[in-house]
Amino acid sequence: MGKEADTVVKKAVKNHGGDATCLLDIIRDVQDAMGCVSDEAVLQIARQLGISTTDVEGVVTFYHFFSKKPVGKYSVYLNNSAVAVMKGRAAVAKAFEQGARCKFGSVSSDGVIGLFDTSCIGMNDQEPAAIINGAVFTNLTPEKAKDLVEAMKAGKDVNKMVKDLGDGQNQSALVKSMVNNNIQKKGQVLFAPFEGGSALKKAVSMNPAGVIDEMKKSNLRGRGGAGFPAGMKWSFCRDAAGKKKYVICNADEGEPGTFKDRVILTELPHMLFEGMALAGYAIGSDEGILYLRAEYAYLKDYLENVLAGLRKKKMLGKDAGGKKGFSFDISIKLGAGAYVCGEESALIESAEGKRGAPRNRPPFPAQYGYMGKPTIVNNVETYCTATRIILEGGEWYAKMGTAQSKGTKLLSVSGDCKKPGIYEVEFGMTIQTLLEECDGRPAVAVQVGGPSGNCVGKKDFGRRICFDDLATGGSIIVIGSNTDLLEVVHNFMDFFVEESCGWCVPCRAGNVILRNKLEKIMHGNGTMADLKELEDWCLIVKSMSRCGLGQTSPNPIYTTLKNFRELYEAKVKKDVEYSTEFDLAAAVEDSCKYAGRKPQLGEHS
Amino acid sequence: MSDKITFTIDGKECTGKKGQTIVEAAKENGVYIPVLCHYDGLKPAGACRICTVRVGGRNMAACTTPIANDIVVQNNIPELEDMRKAIVEMLFVEGNHMCPTCEKSGNCELQALGYRYLMMAPRFPYLWPTKQVDASIPKLYIDRNRCILCLRCHRGVTTKDGKHIFGPVKRGDRTMITADPELAAGMTDKQAQQAMDICPVGALLKKEVGFVVPVGKRKYDQKPIGSEIQGN
Repeated sequence: MGKEADTVVKKAVKNHGGDATCLLDIIRDVQDAMGCVSDEAVLQIARQLGISTTDVEGVVTFYHFFSKKPVGKYSVYLNNSAVAVMKGRAAVAKAFEQGARCKFGSVSSDGVIGLFDTSCIGMNDQEPAAIINGAVFTNLTPEKAKDLVEAMKAGKDVNKMVKDLGDGQNQSALVKSMVNNNIQKKGQVLFAPFEGGSALKKAVSMNPAGVIDEMKKSNLRGRGGAGFPAGMKWSFCRDAAGKKKYVICNADEGEPGTFKDRVILTELPHMLFEGMALAGYAIGSDEGILYLRAEYAYLKDYLENVLAGLRKKKMLGKDAGGKKGFSFDISIKLGAGAYVCGEESALIESAEGKRGAPRNRPPFPAQYGYMGKPTIVNNVETYCTATRIILEGGEWYAKMGTAQSKGTKLLSVSGDCKKPGIYEVEFGMTIQTLLEECDGRPAVAVQVGGPSGNCVGKKDFGRRICFDDLATGGSIIVIGSNTDLLEVVHNFMDFFVEESCGWCVPCRAGNVILRNKLEKIMHGNGTMADLKELEDWCLIVKSMSRCGLGQTSPNPIYTTLKNFRELYEAKVKKDVEYSTEFDLAAAVEDSCKYAGRKPQLGEHS
Repeated sequence: MSDKITFTIDGKECTGKKGQTIVEAAKENGVYIPVLCHYDGLKPAGACRICTVRVGGRNMAACTTPIANDIVVQNNIPELEDMRKAIVEMLFVEGNHMCPTCEKSGNCELQALGYRYLMMAPRFPYLWPTKQVDASIPKLYIDRNRCILCLRCHRGVTTKDGKHIFGPVKRGDRTMITADPELAAGMTDKQAQQAMDICPVGALLKKEVGFVVPVGKRKYDQKPIGSEIQGN
């Protein structure tokens, strides 16, 4: 065992040039070869890289897809997002457990099948879905789960378990996935015809400042959710001191319910890479990095091939786009399962091979980013949009949308609606119109912007999707009357507890405290005073947390307390001022069992 | 161009030097901002958030935010003070803090802040987590029951060539401090004492000594935390 670890680690470290900033890649190689990253492997990696074991173990244990214990010959990561639950996850999970004869969170006794929960994998339009050894399986049913278990027991190649391929490039030889694009509505920015190379050629015919000017004229705001003006970000970075600069694309869409970047990566990668290249030209960078979430690793070979094609066409590499003296190339870095890495500074830390904890700011990435160099980090959709803006002009773009939100937005619509999928719509569309288009009319609530966003009820369906009103990074979850909204809220709080990086106190402890209080109320032990406390405590976590995760993680509770207060009030005891969550019967159960008597709870029962 | 920066904290005119954080400049101006993960000389972590102040209406950690000319800092306002108290309370409920038997009692910054904020019982229910004590290091215990994950040991205790002896593993509420066994085994008595001193609570405890200074005669038994900066 020790010898094997030694050989595997040596090879992995060598493959990545003994570079500690490639720690995630090294760990991934070791995990793939050995099925886990044992204590011995941690020690070997640390010693060979000349760093502390705590640095290595810190990374191994931070990311969901790395494990110190064996995860099975086949590792089933079954999505546990709220929409997966709506679509019948429980029955599918049960079928996996019965077939594999082990519970979720463990590995079958023969070591063949490991079952694990996982946060939203970007397949909300085709749930329940799971990732097995990197391959995605969608629209699962108990029967399909049973078949998969049989195939795993028979030792079948996971790619051969994929039967029907999805549409579009999902059929490409390098993808061969059953994932469907579900493009429901095409707009004129992302899904209008695009001639590869045209935008970069146009950009390099302008001067870099001119490119940034067009971006500023367009008023394009970042599409990941935060909405920072992209042109401004680019100009800060262009003006920052230093020769070496980086263009990073954030393809770590982890907000439950968003999957639009998956579709862009599948169908519009040329547009994305061209956007990155012209951004490189604008800010004076020669190096781009696509940070791809581990859940989308099934697209990596395909994307590498697209990049190779662009190099061949001289759109990347030396004299890119035919511009003498402008070099630009793009590499892909894989994540390893951490929602918080969608936060730009956490993403940079992760790309540098560290734990994905956000940085303190200032300094901002535009001054001090990847490897300490000025860096822009933009969303997949933002770069694609930039490509169109350079082609059509900033003014053309700014004619669409609302006062504060120009252009179109790609929405990922899922949940209780008949037409889940992606919709490219002009900013300013009302929730009601969207519900009509996706056939989600019986909706009682809509979660706009994912768990970190806003949960609105019928009275707000006239409100508009835009930064001026209801902002969203793209996630729209329709919640019908058959779904228990408080269960959804609870699912979202579980998600934040799981995904908090643990760096700051309010987010680390506060989210657990909020979830527990929610449970107290859901179990019928709450009082009106608990509702008041719940609201106050949400504000503490929102006000004191260090990054966007903790500043928004109370939102599932906070916005439903505001918009669906009656659901909470129906659960609380109105006639008592105080109610303990302490369950006396449960607390004395074990001791009574051993003492061989029944609990005598008297007035406490 | 002068490096002198002028700004206000709660209306008081303050001066500082370019590059200073709000916490550092406030201290020089005799204004106490509570800190816990901050330790003079170490790179700020912004982990505990107890130093949160309001700058131009926005909440910022004073330990990581640099001063700038004419900024208006709100520090001692009831709303913030209550949220700071809540942070202390969160730390008490997310760990297992048994002050009366703790070797750090009286020298513990968390305990001292509990007193400063007149914490009686925390407003939050106790989480009673199960935490493991690591006694494998020759000269130290890591008692995670008392650890507040301030990362001071991670930042401040290193080998001569700069390797971290301590560091965080896992994430979220499962995050815990662990040590590199080999590097930790090489710690001298002096380093072990430094590690214990750098720890604001009783999570790093030197083995084989204890209660050299009796409880009642310790740092915060004499004067409350913050008095060294704001006087009285």
